[in-house]
Amino acid sequence: MRADLEIIQEWIPAGSRVLDLGCGDGELLTWLRDHKQVTGYGLENDPDNIAQCVAKGINVIEQDLDKGLGNFASNSFDVVVMTQALQAVHYPDRILDEMLRVGRQCIITFPNFGHWRCRWYLASKGRMPVSEFLPYTWYNTPNIHFCTFEDFEELCREREARVIDRLAVDQQHRHGWASKLWPNLLGEIGIYRVSSPGLADHKVAV
Amino acid sequence: MPTAFPPDSVGLITPQLAHFSDPLALACGRSLPAYDLIFETYGELNATASNAVLICHALSGHHHAAGFHSVDDRKPGWWDSCIGPGKPIDTNKFFVVSLNNLGGCNGSTGPSSLNPETGKPFGADFPVLTVEDWVHSQARLADRLGIQQWAAVIGGSLGGMQALQWTITYPDRVRHCLAIASAPKLSAQNIAFNEVARQAILTDPEFHGGSFQEHGVIPKRGLMLARMVGHITYLSDDSMGEKFGRGLKSEKLNYDFHSVEFQVESYLRYQGEEFSGRFDANTYLLMTKALDYFDPAANFDDNLAKTFANATAKFCVMSFTTDWRFSPARSRELVDALMAAKKDVCYLEIDAPQGHDAFLIPIPRYLQAFSNYMNRIALI
Repeated sequence: MRADLEIIQEWIPAGSRVLDLGCGDGELLTWLRDHKQVTGYGLENDPDNIAQCVAKGINVIEQDLDKGLGNFASNSFDVVVMTQALQAVHYPDRILDEMLRVGRQCIITFPNFGHWRCRWYLASKGRMPVSEFLPYTWYNTPNIHFCTFEDFEELCREREARVIDRLAVDQQHRHGWASKLWPNLLGEIGIYRVSSPGLADHKVAV
Repeated sequence: MPTAFPPDSVGLITPQLAHFSDPLALACGRSLPAYDLIFETYGELNATASNAVLICHALSGHHHAAGFHSVDDRKPGWWDSCIGPGKPIDTNKFFVVSLNNLGGCNGSTGPSSLNPETGKPFGADFPVLTVEDWVHSQARLADRLGIQQWAAVIGGSLGGMQALQWTITYPDRVRHCLAIASAPKLSAQNIAFNEVARQAILTDPEFHGGSFQEHGVIPKRGLMLARMVGHITYLSDDSMGEKFGRGLKSEKLNYDFHSVEFQVESYLRYQGEEFSGRFDANTYLLMTKALDYFDPAANFDDNLAKTFANATAKFCVMSFTTDWRFSPARSRELVDALMAAKKDVCYLEIDAPQGHDAFLIPIPRYLQAFSNYMNRIALI
């Protein structure tokens, strides 16, 4: 399984109901179904990914995340997951609000634009960073809303969302002492677990 | 000479007739003392009868969904693109049953059949049927064929409504429901189109209150108009534009009202003409009424999620972007209710320019997803 999925599956309780936003080819939901009796749905809008989800027997729903989650009731899922899609949606703040409304807990992963390599690239070349990990040029990138860990946590504070867990990892999804010490400088990918402000602590315990 | 058919065709098919002599109680309060259902089957039923698939047809459909009735047939059955060896509904895996619904005009008992009590055609006396009535009659056909549970019930448009109704009326008898280009109920606009079609037939002087057969005529103009209106709504603005544009039959305009000038006029007249020669006017009225009446949530406080609460089937819902008769929004309504009811469901919104008719057309993405879903179906 993709390394970030390996990490977040540990945060998803067995038997829970999961909504996976941008579920890709259904890898996470398939694993959770087969190993943790997890049920739920994956939202996706790429035809090839959807076809693969169907082939795996995943409950995939063709839906554009930019149109919100208005078709889901509040608190209707134990966990709402969004991996590597926050930077690609039109309104990251609105989708975070929606995730906090629909799920008791949210797991979000995104690339950290505050990583030292991005900072160095921009500082030394004066151009938008292009790397193996983020190979797009500024005009054709699907990633239209880059942020840093600090930015994301500021948004969580504004929305009074509680950060329950945070992991800063590198491209191989290792989380060593360095990224623990200076996450916003040395972490390449952020994996966050957050819950909405109104929720009592005992409800979010795994 | 079955070798003359394409290798992915089910080949030469002979329809079968099943006679039922137990009265069938209907939603309207009346009952049919006896009736026939004509049907076709493709593929082989396995030893446990776990590979049976029911195909439900739409408004003007019938039992001949795949293959050929003779080597001289120019066209195969209406859903041949999806039924056959290696096709989405793979006849190497599934035993496929396709019938002409009760009230139809292709061999099952309907308004044009002789009423044994009077010795005359039923005509307007034939009872108005509902989707639920059809599902009950299909369940009897399943019993007759030794099928306790369908691996899948599949249909497009009005056929999708029957597939949905199966999961509500006989939740234990269907494992998968595929509702394609369908809706949980018709909108006012949709009913309005049906009403225009009905009025065209009802006001045709040759309709004779439904007993036109006894007068030896058919309400040809009414049927033609009904089909023309319907046909417009099955296509998209884009597909009509692409097919006909403002193309003319001749070089110049005629400045009159009786010539067929635009290509689109010629096409619609041809469609109407062809249809009026093969379809029964009373059946048309009956089918449009069944569409209008379909509203399973009406029995569940208008709560669609509650409607499916007892369903045990897994669902596959597909819609097409330019379908404005059964728009994607209507399918999403259904999908949202199924998710609220915590049912297994996948939903695809296929990008296609062909409008409502897209569900009959071999669009690569559609066929691929359809195949992927059908391949997943486990046979016990």
